[in-house]
Amino acid sequence: MQKTILFNKQGSTLSLEFLEEITLYTLAQIEKQILSYSYKGIKTLVLNLEKVAFIDTAAAIFLAKIEEDMSSKNIQCTLICQDKILLATLELVKTHKPEKERAHANISFVEKELQIVDKYLSKYLDGIFSLIAFFGKSFMASMYYLSSFRHIRFKEIFYEINESAIKALAIVALTSFLVGLVVAYQSAIQLKIYGANIFIVDMLGVSILRELAPLITAIVIAGRSGSAFTAQIGAMKITQELDAMKTMGFDPFAFLVLPRIIALMIAMPILIFVADMMGIFGGMIVSDINLHVPPSLFLDRLREVVDVKHFFIGIIKGPFFAFLIASIGIYRGLVVKDDTQSIGFNTTKSVVESIFAVIVCDALFSIALTNLGI
Amino acid sequence: MSIITVRDVKTIFGGKVVHDGLNLTVNEGEIYGLLGPSGCGKTTLLREMVMLQDFPYGNISILGYNIHSMKESDAQKLRRKWGVLFQFGALFSSLSIRDNIALPLVEYTDLHAGMIEEIVQFKINLVGLKSSDADLFPSQISGGMKKKAGLARALCLDPKLLFLDEPTSGLDPISAREFDDLILKLRSLLGLTIVMVSHDLQSIYDTIDRVAIIDEKKITYEGTIKDVKSSKSKFVQTFFK
Repeated sequence: MQKTILFNKQGSTLSLEFLEEITLYTLAQIEKQILSYSYKGIKTLVLNLEKVAFIDTAAAIFLAKIEEDMSSKNIQCTLICQDKILLATLELVKTHKPEKERAHANISFVEKELQIVDKYLSKYLDGIFSLIAFFGKSFMASMYYLSSFRHIRFKEIFYEINESAIKALAIVALTSFLVGLVVAYQSAIQLKIYGANIFIVDMLGVSILRELAPLITAIVIAGRSGSAFTAQIGAMKITQELDAMKTMGFDPFAFLVLPRIIALMIAMPILIFVADMMGIFGGMIVSDINLHVPPSLFLDRLREVVDVKHFFIGIIKGPFFAFLIASIGIYRGLVVKDDTQSIGFNTTKSVVESIFAVIVCDALFSIALTNLGI
Repeated sequence: MSIITVRDVKTIFGGKVVHDGLNLTVNEGEIYGLLGPSGCGKTTLLREMVMLQDFPYGNISILGYNIHSMKESDAQKLRRKWGVLFQFGALFSSLSIRDNIALPLVEYTDLHAGMIEEIVQFKINLVGLKSSDADLFPSQISGGMKKKAGLARALCLDPKLLFLDEPTSGLDPISAREFDDLILKLRSLLGLTIVMVSHDLQSIYDTIDRVAIIDEKKITYEGTIKDVKSSKSKFVQTFFK
């Protein structure tokens, strides 16, 4: 290791002579040399900076710290330095020395725990209250819509139907087709064992129309359009567009929130209908190939055994799912905070929460309708 | 000694000429101002100097490096020798103020955590923030505090050269004057060379030694602030009325 300091011991006096400039990059090495020296029996420490051309503020902090440490060990410390700039840097560091850690208020363990509980609980409650406020404001905006036909933002609604539903048609159709295919294929193996080939129609008809198609559509839309709502509105919030709208008297709930919710509620049943057809179509292909149930027989049987109510139950779920997905997506966008991480965090949350909400809603439908005997 | 020389720099944005042959020289130890009307490309020039923006024609050399023809390793060295304060601080939003300032120290030096904390606390105090602010995140502090924290981060490796983009905009007059004093003090103590874009007239008179005025795609005036009124530029005539 290259020597950057000369240690010179004379009796109880130790003199440290620094040889080159001290900066951030050489500091770690210098510190190591100084700390490895034993200070037993030393009464006076001389820091000699005569040969140093330049020190930066980090070095000045370091020197000030040595002086402090030494005085706590009862070693007297003196500094030899003529250079005005070096002295000024040392002085600067001393004048801006932060006051030592503020004394921590003495709080008991229980109090500390309670504070943590309080923090999380209030955060949780804030979340619930702001969600309620969101629904309240949406309701107010819908009242405003209903007060006059001209208040409804048709242009925005149709734009959103196109953006978040029509453009999602292909992916919804494909997903649903594949799910129909897979369900039929897996059941075909089981049904073949019992020779109950024809019952594939009953099974597919009820499961796809009533449960699978609405759920698949909702999940795809939550992932595709719900997340887009969060990101769009979150970005608008960060760039203060929402504030600008408010100051100009455009209520964001009437201009941004309701059009999206309404658009999705209108479009969702249509998407579910497409998903129904594609799912059944997928199942029909597998039935023909694997179970030798030709399409004509499949369709005859479908009309015979699957009640039309199953189809309507599936369609009816659409607007409910749409309302959940759109409002959660938008709500998550509105609570985005003024930093870049927040958008990503809320987008993830919006997708997870809306899928969860859709599944809970589906379960409630299932229980309610079964108890009603439908 | 010249720290920065800009020679015949031409900038074109999508067919629109922004700079048409800029020439200027920044000397060691001075506070150099870039002035001009909105949209004249002051910030663009600053961005070109710190290698955020490429320019098709001309040359810029900084601390002896030609930024067009140097190796990546030299560019990396150069980047450690300057500090940049962006207009809105540009703090990393996922890090606390402390971690924002400590980041270059952690990445570029082998100091231990205790020493880094000391340095961070000193810089925080130096720019006029409180020690207790260190734990806050950028989203929790005001615009002025962000600026101060940004300055602390820019100063954290003790650079020789400091670029400031509108350092006093958005600060209240008292904080702005304090900021000016701070800049002057840092210049004399740390031997800084400072290049700044500013619109704050008071701050221009108080701090800036020499100034370049960009107008009509060219430098219409370069020299001391005292003689600026000799310029015939319309911008100068109205701005320094």
